[in-house]
Amino acid sequence: MADFDQELDASGLNCPLPILRAKKTLNAMASGQVLHIVATDPGSVKDFDAFAKQTGNELMESKEEGGKFHFLIRKS
Amino acid sequence: MEPKKLAIIATKGSLDWAYPPFILASTAAALGYEVQIFCTFYGLQLLKKDLALEVTPLGNPGMPMPLGMDKWFPVLGLALPGMQAMMTAMMKKKMKDKGVASLEMLRELCQEAEVKLVACQMTVDLFDMDKSNFIDGVEYAGAAAFFEFAGESDICLYI
Repeated sequence: MADFDQELDASGLNCPLPILRAKKTLNAMASGQVLHIVATDPGSVKDFDAFAKQTGNELMESKEEGGKFHFLIRKS
Repeated sequence: MEPKKLAIIATKGSLDWAYPPFILASTAAALGYEVQIFCTFYGLQLLKKDLALEVTPLGNPGMPMPLGMDKWFPVLGLALPGMQAMMTAMMKKKMKDKGVASLEMLRELCQEAEVKLVACQMTVDLFDMDKSNFIDGVEYAGAAAFFEFAGESDICLYI
């Protein structure tokens, strides 16, 4: 997994909390910085894809590892 | 670019039905939408400081219940005193166990994201509701004010 500037553990949280927490964390970050999100909600895979498309933040990576979902989002 | 707009009419005041307006509003706000929830009739319960909402299996054959009770437990038994409180407690515990946000938290996130909460003035008067029981930041308006926002909205939902 590539480098990231900040990490958000959304494990155990269900829709829509992972997205809301990610949005809040991104708000406090600078443009170009990368956020690493860890989630356990299977719905978050499609949701983060949709979040990135609609907000213009780039979803650099989305993968499942060790029963958890990992996302890298670069703030636009 | 003008932000997209989501207009929601919230008409229901039970624990389960309070979720869709707050989930959709908070998520839309996170996606950059401008959001307004117009609360009317029982939907006004969503604006109370004390969110003492309950869930009932009565008149709701689709509600899953523990031990498959929805299949065999007599409907009349669901009307027994304490049944609604028990179902509500079980539903809240299940939600907590599954990492589903509380209504209080979702509503707070909505407010943080500047979701506009509007109370239907007519229903407030109809039920003699005390405005001091409502949370701060609520606006009071009527149908025409709703259309001013909804008419410009990209998505409009009646819940």
